[in-house]
Amino acid sequence: MVLFLEQILNGLQLGVMLFLMAAGLTLVFGIMNLVNLAHGALYMVGAYLATYFFQATGSFALGVVLGLAGTLAVGVVTELVALRTLYERDHLDQVLATFGLILFFNELIAMIWGRATIFSSLPAYLQGHVELLPGLRYPLYRLLIICVGLSVAGLLWYIVARTRLGMLIRAGASNRTMVAALGINIRLLYTLVFGFGAALAGLAGIMAGPIFAVQPGMGEQILIQVFVVIVIGGLGSIRGALAGAVIVGVVDTMGRAFLKPTLSTIWGPVIADTAGPALASMLIYLLMAIVLALRPEGLFPSRA
Amino acid sequence: MNLAPRTLVLLALLVFLAVVPAMAAAFNQPFYLDLFRRIMIFAIAALSLNLILGYGGLVSFGHAAYLGIGAYAVGVLNYYGIDNGFLQWGIAIGASALAALVIGAVSIRTSGIAFIMITLAFTQMLYYLGTSIAEYGGDDGMRLTRLSQFDGLIDLANPSAFYYLVLGLLCLFLWLGHRLVNSRFGLVIRASKSNEARIRAIGISPYPYRLAAFVIAGAVCGLAGALLVNHTAYMTPEFMNWTRSGELMFIVILGGIATTSGPVLGAFVLLLLEDMLSGSGFLPRWVNDHWQFYLGIFLILVVLYARRGLAGLLRGGKDG
Repeated sequence: MVLFLEQILNGLQLGVMLFLMAAGLTLVFGIMNLVNLAHGALYMVGAYLATYFFQATGSFALGVVLGLAGTLAVGVVTELVALRTLYERDHLDQVLATFGLILFFNELIAMIWGRATIFSSLPAYLQGHVELLPGLRYPLYRLLIICVGLSVAGLLWYIVARTRLGMLIRAGASNRTMVAALGINIRLLYTLVFGFGAALAGLAGIMAGPIFAVQPGMGEQILIQVFVVIVIGGLGSIRGALAGAVIVGVVDTMGRAFLKPTLSTIWGPVIADTAGPALASMLIYLLMAIVLALRPEGLFPSRA
Repeated sequence: MNLAPRTLVLLALLVFLAVVPAMAAAFNQPFYLDLFRRIMIFAIAALSLNLILGYGGLVSFGHAAYLGIGAYAVGVLNYYGIDNGFLQWGIAIGASALAALVIGAVSIRTSGIAFIMITLAFTQMLYYLGTSIAEYGGDDGMRLTRLSQFDGLIDLANPSAFYYLVLGLLCLFLWLGHRLVNSRFGLVIRASKSNEARIRAIGISPYPYRLAAFVIAGAVCGLAGALLVNHTAYMTPEFMNWTRSGELMFIVILGGIATTSGPVLGAFVLLLLEDMLSGSGFLPRWVNDHWQFYLGIFLILVVLYARRGLAGLLRGGKDG
């Protein structure tokens, strides 16, 4: 039971990281109609910058702040230089150009920091465990990730649903020509939204740094899971991104933890040893196929 | 006979490919035989993708899946000691077609960006499946103990015999692809791309046509996978890596989307460029070490400024 709860928390923790990525990607898609494969590259940039600044300054908090600001800057520059001209293009062009950006960023990082995995550590005050229930001790840092992720989700909802900026964002998604005609600088709005999405990806990368391997190409591993999240949740919908992310996070974690033992009791250890890991790694894609077969629009299609 | 410049360039390329083995032998450079055989295998894979992506407008970001399935069909049968080429390649084609049927049946229900993400995700699923089956080498893949055997008919261990087989298949698929695109079936495929509402209005549902094209493309790419695994004599999940799918898409765009000659031109230019960048002695080490950096910039520039691809520079025939 304790193990089960712990895995649920792990799933939730993966889920909120997926949500941070998915929110930026789905926002950029919903508003600018841009497919950005390089979103994973921004996640990687965030992880590297935060690790670098943490090691250079010795302060974890400063590393996080500078890493976030750095990723935002990289995102804005990328938008201004390369992506801006792609908004009017078809998805094929966008996919290829941002695929080019992935190659560019992965090799740029390899040029600066090398191809070897970098290990980021945690400051002493984040290293402990918290006793949530009798017998259930959970790492403080992972708990912090869940809290940060959920707070960002709340903040995002507040910004999009309750502020003037959010109103402009929603208006831009449904009719950009009309918003521009009303005197709003739509290009600036786009750059802002992209930078915001980049910062969210950067935040996910920064938080991932101390628990996952920081290496070139790390962004693509999570990017494809994020695609599954977005397809399950419904394109362009932030609510859908949150629901999809938690579902994918929990299903993936539970599958990896419990599928093999479960299969072992049914078919015996020999089959379970082979089928368990294979099936666990395919689980979220099978889930996606089922959702699509039943609801091609995803669980929470965006109304815009 | 009055041939369009694009057709002439394609014919010139094919004639060049036909004399490569003689030239490689004359200059004692067997490496080039290998390089151009690889280029032709990728051209076959790319022309199968061009059928759905170029003519059909279905932006599949998962075409490497069928390359991998074709390769695994040959590799796994080889692992169990079955090395009959007809059986191996037949299963490679059949398994790829079946996978394309399943993947296509689900993904063609959606369109646009969702289609891109779903095809990518399914391919990634197969990739992880490949990496997690330890029996067949997992991440590392495994060596073919014996190339596909075609008793007495052709010996793949003979480099130039294998080379001419690939060239023959390339020509065959160029011709078949051209026929298919200009048939009634091809007309429906192209029409569904340019105006789906109208094709529905005249009483044709695009879905079965698209699915059929998707399955044909998968089957042809599966054969390319069987060729590729015999070419490298090594089977690895890397054949299904998503960057491979991106590369195939780039070949189609670079060469010129929805043209007969495009995939061949694109495969030529991209693979030669990759070979040059990644270290054939023409460029300094610091370029070779990070060649994908320069490839990435090249890719972005092509998409931003040369949208019609190489074939777009040449005037084509009435149907490209």
